[in-house]
Amino acid sequence: MFNRRNIVFKGIAASPGIAVGNVFLLEVDDFCLIHKEIPINIREAEKKRLNDAIEKTKAELKITYDKINEVLDKNYAQIVNVHLLILADSSMRKDIDKLIESGVNAEYALFKVIDKIIRSFEAIEDDYFRERKLDVQDVGKKILSNLVGKQKKTIASLDKDSIVIAHNLTPTDTVSIREKLVKGFATDIGGKTSHTAIIAQGLEIPSVVGLKVISSQARTGDVIIINGDKGEIILNPTPEVIAEYKREYDIQFAKKKELEKLKNLPAETIDNHKVLIYANVDNPDEVQSILKNGATGIGLYRTEYIFFTRKAIPSEKDHLEKYLQVVKKMSPYPTVIRTVDLGGDKLAKMGLLNIEHEENPFLGLRAIRLCLKYPKIFIDQLRGILKASAYGKIRLMYPMISGLGELRDANKILEKVKQDLRKEHVEFDEDMEIGTMIEVPSAAMIIDAIAKEVDFVSIGTNDLIQYVLAIDRVNENVANLYDPLHPAILRYIKKIIDESHNAGISVSMCGEMAGDPYYTPILIGFGLDEFSVSSIQISKVKKVIRSIYFADVKRAAEEMLKCSDRNEILKIMTTIQIH
Amino acid sequence: MKEKVIVVSNKMGLHARPAAMLVQTMTRYQSTVKILKDDFEVDAKNIMGVMTLAAGHGSELKFIINGPDENETLFAIEGLFKSNFSE
Repeated sequence: MFNRRNIVFKGIAASPGIAVGNVFLLEVDDFCLIHKEIPINIREAEKKRLNDAIEKTKAELKITYDKINEVLDKNYAQIVNVHLLILADSSMRKDIDKLIESGVNAEYALFKVIDKIIRSFEAIEDDYFRERKLDVQDVGKKILSNLVGKQKKTIASLDKDSIVIAHNLTPTDTVSIREKLVKGFATDIGGKTSHTAIIAQGLEIPSVVGLKVISSQARTGDVIIINGDKGEIILNPTPEVIAEYKREYDIQFAKKKELEKLKNLPAETIDNHKVLIYANVDNPDEVQSILKNGATGIGLYRTEYIFFTRKAIPSEKDHLEKYLQVVKKMSPYPTVIRTVDLGGDKLAKMGLLNIEHEENPFLGLRAIRLCLKYPKIFIDQLRGILKASAYGKIRLMYPMISGLGELRDANKILEKVKQDLRKEHVEFDEDMEIGTMIEVPSAAMIIDAIAKEVDFVSIGTNDLIQYVLAIDRVNENVANLYDPLHPAILRYIKKIIDESHNAGISVSMCGEMAGDPYYTPILIGFGLDEFSVSSIQISKVKKVIRSIYFADVKRAAEEMLKCSDRNEILKIMTTIQIH
Repeated sequence: MKEKVIVVSNKMGLHARPAAMLVQTMTRYQSTVKILKDDFEVDAKNIMGVMTLAAGHGSELKFIINGPDENETLFAIEGLFKSNFSE
């Protein structure tokens, strides 16, 4: 690197953002892999040595798993889960043991077997599957380091200005990095879908992967710029280049700060039309993050997670426990709890119900239909919800209502549950509001009648669009037809909002359309009262709301409703002014 | 013995997370489960086998199940695929 400045390395943009800092080089662990002959009398002991190393690795991974669960959401923990399963892979274990039995030392046997597995991965054409060899490599390295007892250079000496450079980073490394709050990282290998990249995105740390040689070029202490937007890094930049990047960084930082500033400001148009922004959550863990992002309530608490994480149908106590965690933290803000929206197939899979295989689960026994057919599941959930309602503001919402019959049947069960609780002298909120999702076209069509019997409605656009346009959301062949701006969808949404307002109730939207800032002006123009969106979208949606005039978007929305051609609608979209 | 051909219908195919779900579910059952794709055969209880199948969206997998709880095992497999591995 003698006096060479501004050396640019191009890689793959793994996680956006720009950072300037000092290199912290994480050395590749190089093991001395010598093939040794093991005498027959100690081969069993050699197998035990391997077993101990594997058990130790398992224990370490379990700790990582817990840590990841603390700082990131469950999806990331799945990565470690895969590593744990690799460790438990019996065919790998058998192959290694066989080699040891034939007289090979544990290290070399492990290396040989891992190498063979990696080669079978390398033969795969598909990029994503081929990259999974890195997971096998990671696990192999971990076992090896426990076998030889060599400690990897610790990340403890990292500081806040560090940019970590490594040949490859394991998920464990990445999490340790997060705890140290480093500025970024860059690696030789890995692609856009490598686990490390996925974790980096979750942590919002700028990172570039696939730089091929960076770990052999950079030295600890070198100054480095990492550009996670473009996927490049600059080693030993000149002061001019640093200044340029610092400017770019400041602009980005200001943008982020600006979004953060919105946190405590109301969601209000320039001409003072106010709406509410709520958050969608799956899990009590998310409450902290949504409050941090400025949510003033939960517009959709999906309760399916409570079912997924159990091997039996959750009890009243299981429900109550989760709801209390959410409601207590959210108080005084409201929480809309949606009763379970599961398909019978999922419960059958858990061995809980004896349900025939369904050809078409989206049109099958699901959500409220399932609850009405198997009331025990429903009653336990309603009891949990009602009991929790004594501790904060809960609104109850039914999914997949298709007509008045289902709504009334559900309410009948609810009434019975309330009576039971009164008899048991259990406290609950007698005035708890009841609403329904509007996601089935038949319900949207008779919204005037439904609106008279509920306290609020919430438009579930994902399903509504799927059912109105007859498009299976998960079928790639028709995915391109999925279109929130289809004139039929816009007319449905407008009808739901207008007729609910006529009946004097408020309308929320909790589908993906509500969280996409592109659609925000038109939804405001239609008169939507509440947006329920994922945590990170709150500020983005709010920013758009605060930059438009209600009068403008209302006019544009009215124009759009006259259109029958999608292109005309798109044209009107482009005329909306965001100030 | 039970046999069943299933087409992988989730978007990403049997990538790491679904593969893990499949392996974890399979280990709960006593039956042996083989997966055949083209000429390739793997044990459904071993993750690396399942991942090296590289079963992307649309691949056809033949499951061969043998054992005392083969009906339940097949039912569990179908459930996982039907739910698209909760994607």
